[in-house]
Amino acid sequence: MTLMVHRSAPAVVVRDLHARRGKQPVLHGLSLTVPRGLVVGLIGPSGCGKTTLMRSIVGVQVVQSGAVTVLGRAAGTASLRGRVGYVTQDASVYDDLTVRQNLQYFAAVLGASRDDIDRVIDATDLAPNAGQLAGSLSGGQRSRVSLAGALLGSPELLVLDEPTVGLDPVLRVELWALFHRLADSGTSLLVSSHVMDEASRCDRLLLMRQGEVLADDTPDGLLSATGTPDVEAAFLALISAHPSSDPAGREAGDS
Amino acid sequence: MNPRRTLATAGRVLTQIRHDPRTIVLLLVVPSLLIGLVAWIFSDTPVFDTVGPAMIALFPFIVMFLVTSITTLRERRTGTLERLLSMPLGKGDFILGYTLAFGLLAVLQSAAAVGYAVWVCGLTITGSIWLLLAVAVADAVLGTALGLLASAFARTEFQVVQFMPALVFPQILLGGIFLPRDQLPDALRAFSDWLPLSHAIDALQAVASDSQDAAYVGGKLLIIGAWIVGAVVLGSITLRRRTP
Repeated sequence: MTLMVHRSAPAVVVRDLHARRGKQPVLHGLSLTVPRGLVVGLIGPSGCGKTTLMRSIVGVQVVQSGAVTVLGRAAGTASLRGRVGYVTQDASVYDDLTVRQNLQYFAAVLGASRDDIDRVIDATDLAPNAGQLAGSLSGGQRSRVSLAGALLGSPELLVLDEPTVGLDPVLRVELWALFHRLADSGTSLLVSSHVMDEASRCDRLLLMRQGEVLADDTPDGLLSATGTPDVEAAFLALISAHPSSDPAGREAGDS
Repeated sequence: MNPRRTLATAGRVLTQIRHDPRTIVLLLVVPSLLIGLVAWIFSDTPVFDTVGPAMIALFPFIVMFLVTSITTLRERRTGTLERLLSMPLGKGDFILGYTLAFGLLAVLQSAAAVGYAVWVCGLTITGSIWLLLAVAVADAVLGTALGLLASAFARTEFQVVQFMPALVFPQILLGGIFLPRDQLPDALRAFSDWLPLSHAIDALQAVASDSQDAAYVGGKLLIIGAWIVGAVVLGSITLRRRTP
């Protein structure tokens, strides 16, 4: 299955990307590839540059230099805006609208249909809350509203910044199952997390630290390459093997 | 830009406000109460008939400026603006959607203020009351447009509230309420000619006393309209899809 997918052009290609978040240099010549039709995990500690990288891919980040190609076009191109779904780390929804009103507005902006609203409400298990104000929901429910908004219009690429934070374990498993169903139907997903145990649920992993990619492999490939029993141990092994790693240097703040 | 997205944005903003009845009541009632207070202060003098029209210009202008600048700033700070700009929403759709929604509120608010000033406070209007309402509405929309623009230059709620005295107070001081504009020092007089609120107050006073023809008031409305268009265009230029 992977062989066929790899043959088509990648969903995202990043070459030698330099970017600052605010005034702080965060990405220093980062390169990576996100293949199509897979769930790719972007794993790394808080502040390692995951959000800045995702913002660059979506085209809302000012970059200093480098090339970001998304679905064959330069990131941020107008024609990509309906083809890429983006979920920010903090739920970006209107607290003074109901769940359904939030989604109705996003659907109108995207040109998505009324049926599509019901579809994403079901997919994110929000049907019992559809008439509630977003501001009255729990943190996990609000982030699901944010996710539902990104699923509208079935975008070809989903960029999800820590979408499972604060969710109960059952719901987390359900969301990962949803991500894989989307990938099976051809959607490419880039999902960030700082929780290492989520890494095993991804088709491929990009391990990030201090603005650099330490590893780009499948979970099994990573474990056998480092000879470690779990992703956390693999991460530690890679850090100690990495020449430029020093914990005091290049602290990038919470970006 | 796209009419469907612009209208969807305006509808969304109005739905948000509908969920906040207290804001609606404050928007509609506060200017009228303040005009009533001014009328009461000057109840045994003829002063209200000269400053009353200016009050109609003033309070909706200030209220709409504050409400608009804080609402759009909130949109920037909660991440919803970043989300919208990563979607196929034009910057003009966003700004015009807000202008339409708050413009509609401005019509209601100005109608309440004009009605209260004329029928409750007994403000004498010699000219057309519809022309008076038209100028008042243009004025409230001007407050909306300037509020949109100001929010682009503010990072925090504290900053945006400071823009109120910075951008609005000079216009009030130089607008001819405290001292008729033709008695101002020459430099200030010339400066006040460039401020939109001066023209709004001129127009309202001209309608109230029926001292000028409709062409004069129309000219003043054009100047206010030019300011509104300028602020809306500048506001959408300052919206950036990419931020550092």
